[in-house]
Amino acid sequence: MWQSVAGPMTSRLGANPRPHPGASRLPRGSMAKPKLGVFKFASCDGCQLSLLDAEDDLLAVAGAIDIANFPEASREVVAGPYDLSLVEGSITTAHDAERIRDVRDQSKFLVTIGACATAGGIQALRNFADVEEFTAIVYAHPEYISSLATSTAIADHVPVDFELRGCPINKHQLIEVVDAFLHRRTPAVPTYSVCVECKRRGNPCIMVADGIPCMGPITQAGCGAICPSYNRGCYGCFGPMESPNIDALAAWWELLGVGRRDLVDALRTFNANAPAFREASERYV
Amino acid sequence: MSDERTRTIAVDYLARVEGEGAMKVVVRDGTIQDVGFRIFEPPRYFEAFLRGRKFSDAPDITARICGICPVAYQMSSVHAMERAFGVTVEGQLRALRRLLYCGEWIESHVLHVFMLHAPDFLGYESAIHMAKDHRDLVELALRLKKIGNEIMIVLGGREIHPINVKVGGFYRVPERRELDGLVEELQWALDASRDAVRVTAGLDFPDLEIPFEFVSVHHPDEYPFNEGRIVSSGGLDIDASEWNDHFVEEHVARSNALHSRIRERGNYHVGPLARFALNRELLHPEAMAIAAEVGLGDSVNNPFKSIMVRSVEVVHAVAEALDIIGRYERPAEPAVPVDTRAGVGHGATEAPRGLLYHRYELDDEGRIADAQIVPPTAQNQLTIEQDLRAVLERNIEMEDADLQWRLEQTIRNYDPCISCATHFLKLEVDRE
Repeated sequence: MWQSVAGPMTSRLGANPRPHPGASRLPRGSMAKPKLGVFKFASCDGCQLSLLDAEDDLLAVAGAIDIANFPEASREVVAGPYDLSLVEGSITTAHDAERIRDVRDQSKFLVTIGACATAGGIQALRNFADVEEFTAIVYAHPEYISSLATSTAIADHVPVDFELRGCPINKHQLIEVVDAFLHRRTPAVPTYSVCVECKRRGNPCIMVADGIPCMGPITQAGCGAICPSYNRGCYGCFGPMESPNIDALAAWWELLGVGRRDLVDALRTFNANAPAFREASERYV
Repeated sequence: MSDERTRTIAVDYLARVEGEGAMKVVVRDGTIQDVGFRIFEPPRYFEAFLRGRKFSDAPDITARICGICPVAYQMSSVHAMERAFGVTVEGQLRALRRLLYCGEWIESHVLHVFMLHAPDFLGYESAIHMAKDHRDLVELALRLKKIGNEIMIVLGGREIHPINVKVGGFYRVPERRELDGLVEELQWALDASRDAVRVTAGLDFPDLEIPFEFVSVHHPDEYPFNEGRIVSSGGLDIDASEWNDHFVEEHVARSNALHSRIRERGNYHVGPLARFALNRELLHPEAMAIAAEVGLGDSVNNPFKSIMVRSVEVVHAVAEALDIIGRYERPAEPAVPVDTRAGVGHGATEAPRGLLYHRYELDDEGRIADAQIVPPTAQNQLTIEQDLRAVLERNIEMEDADLQWRLEQTIRNYDPCISCATHFLKLEVDRE
């Protein structure tokens, strides 16, 4: 997923010696600030809340960028097109599958934020079940419910310029992405594993030292290795790292006494429909 | 005014609320024909996919119902699980749970009071617009909100979807010095939050008094966060396990949405006004003093004044956080041991927006056989429509644009969390 978008992002926002293809699409001069749109699909709102949680940076961001369409924060809606659109949430209804095309058409750069938008989110657990049965469990009158059988990432529907992972995203990474956009450079968002961050924090490996099952070796960094720092195993909320070796981790977990069902559950949580996790969980189920 | 005979005010996408909701009112010949607060957020099926998951997954998974009040979901779920297993969490671990809730209340309440609600009273589209004229106020709010988030970061690992909550306690408990690091800013926040109450007290409030039936958790010794009976201003006094005997979710044909009612009585009100009316004497003395200073009586029945009560609760949360940190001694173990067994557990805690009820049936391996989650916004939905009707009746001559804004403000009085409500509501995903 990252791999598929890294190329276009680099060419559009990278510090190329020649004007990059996206340059002509950015507003010129100091008069017009770039316009930001924030759009929500099926989600918990936590990732867009990260923008409001960036207390130290919020007013600075608002000074550098025109917050043109952000319904969670403002009644004012300035019509598109938008220079930068942040898209939260997954596609779960036919209407939303149409709406994301409209958002794409209005957006010069479209960045997806969070596990719902980048991998379908927790609600993608329906992809492994019978959605009619799910509906009947939750809703007394399933005939009123109009919902797709799957929850899918935004990139499964429209081209995406950059994907920011996490359930939730890290607000510092979000500010980095917005800052990179404003300065037309590639965001510094690494694709290595949580293990790198854990080592950098000086944590002893909880899997080696304490025998606690941890998804850190297959999970993309970005959180700052929070869970191992709190004496619990990583639960994979940033989704698969680039080229994860899930079989090696599965073998290790087996030695720690973790059953197959718990391994599958671990892969099928907040990034269940991310291809690497999905493919592995289907093999182990 | 639109048509002389028929006026329709429709807001297709409500702003400054959490999630996707809509409002529509129709007035014909001066008579209200239809009032609807509708929810079109897509369903996410939490109760369904919780089935078969281990009990220990519940706090992390249910947190994802709401990015603004994840701690509430974590707390209601762990309490329900602990009741099912016959486990009690006491002492410093219990105090740390209250501290985590203090952090969430501060963060969520300040977000709503100043970023989402105050702009209505002061006539701004958003807090960003408001900052152009009231920069000091917005900066105060951001700093106040940040200390709530700091508590969640220290204790929970991060502010959104904290990772440190488990059935039985925590994965890791903080060192004394980690909590001490919060004290200086909390002391600032105690003064700042009192000033914030005074600011809200100076706002203009539309006249409206509604005889709500208030429902909240009530504990004999403390302002309600995690534990207690469920009580109401109409005389209800029940254990959480009796929830389904007294509350019912009914289908209303015109909205296809479930509306909570007290059986055989009707709609009710959860949230800050309910907590205040039913637990006022249990507020921290600092919060009691400021509530008295700004003239809040025993019960506040003007829903527009929820902004004041929410601010008083921020003072409470800041003051209680300071008390908890002051008395903190690091427990020897971060959690009490839990033995799984088959059973049913109920949990009712106070999310920032009001009472949040969870019920789980567990098998003998500790896997979830059935889950029921009743979020505050779903409970308030019928009351929100009642308020809309009351505001509409009193302001029927108002110009459309002003009336629309007033009606939006009426909904925002409840700090509605539509993503929360949705996984549970019966809804029609139809935007026609």
